[in-house]
Amino acid sequence: MSLLRSSAIVILGCAAFTGCSNSNVRAAVKPEKERKLAPDFSLKDSSGKTVKLSEYRGKVVLLNFWATWCGPCKIEIPWFIDFQQQYKDRDLVVLGISMDEDGWTSVKPYVEQKKINYRVAIGTEELSTLYGGVDALPTTFMIDRAGRIASTHLGLVSKSEYQTEIQDLLDGKELKRSGALSSGRLAFIQLPFIGAR
Amino acid sequence: MAKAGAVVSTKLVAQLRSGYHCNSDKPSDEYLIPLKLTWTAAPLEVGEIVYPQPQMEKYTFSEKPLSVYTGDFEIVTKFKVPASAPPGPAVLTGKLRYQACTDRMCLPPKTVDVSLPITVVK
Repeated sequence: MSLLRSSAIVILGCAAFTGCSNSNVRAAVKPEKERKLAPDFSLKDSSGKTVKLSEYRGKVVLLNFWATWCGPCKIEIPWFIDFQQQYKDRDLVVLGISMDEDGWTSVKPYVEQKKINYRVAIGTEELSTLYGGVDALPTTFMIDRAGRIASTHLGLVSKSEYQTEIQDLLDGKELKRSGALSSGRLAFIQLPFIGAR
Repeated sequence: MAKAGAVVSTKLVAQLRSGYHCNSDKPSDEYLIPLKLTWTAAPLEVGEIVYPQPQMEKYTFSEKPLSVYTGDFEIVTKFKVPASAPPGPAVLTGKLRYQACTDRMCLPPKTVDVSLPITVVK
């Protein structure tokens, strides 16, 4: 028996941030005049009922893209459960959009296990594209009462940061922040296979 | 070159960018997506796929250490060359599925194609 060795090189492409040297992209709440309308969508929640973003016009919406395989996402979920409870009488709505490929098979047990108290729907490629191409998870959009995107968070941020934004949006305050990056562009680069040697 | 009737070992080298990790072939949590290499091995037969020893790393978002790979790592596949394998050039094709994260965010699972040209000799 002879053993002949050969090898192939595969480079696993990973994301590269452009325009941002800090991997934790900190988003400022934009001045009102700079906010764009959040794309409307219509999906089914875990009960089979329709979730339509535009139904929540007049409320502040925390729109969170996540997945059961995403560790950082699962750190934030208890915070969102707290927020939904804390602000339920103050016009805050949390909506979870799962990007799990196997849909409710993974998501429904997780929602039940963690006692998620806000509506969760299964996201689609189309929805991801509407929101600028959601590559990294978690990605969270804060949407103001007029249905406009006030801020975008890529990756795990702190509970206090969300809390401050929620409070300010509920109070209708326009924030003046400085020093925070307004956006980071995330590109998933899959490098080509080099070849066998 | 692969000799008919022999066992051939191939080494697939993967490189992850600094700051990223991917789950090992046996991740710590049932929800995590494992690294998985599969081959369409004809005219060869897939024997054993040997994944490297993972690292146990603790991240900001994990209560306990996770079983992961970082940096460069190698996956070895042992192929059997059937005696009846026709001589000449062939290409082994496969797929490597992985899911990568930093300590603050995760990218969607990805499957990359891999291919390995071989020559079967008698």
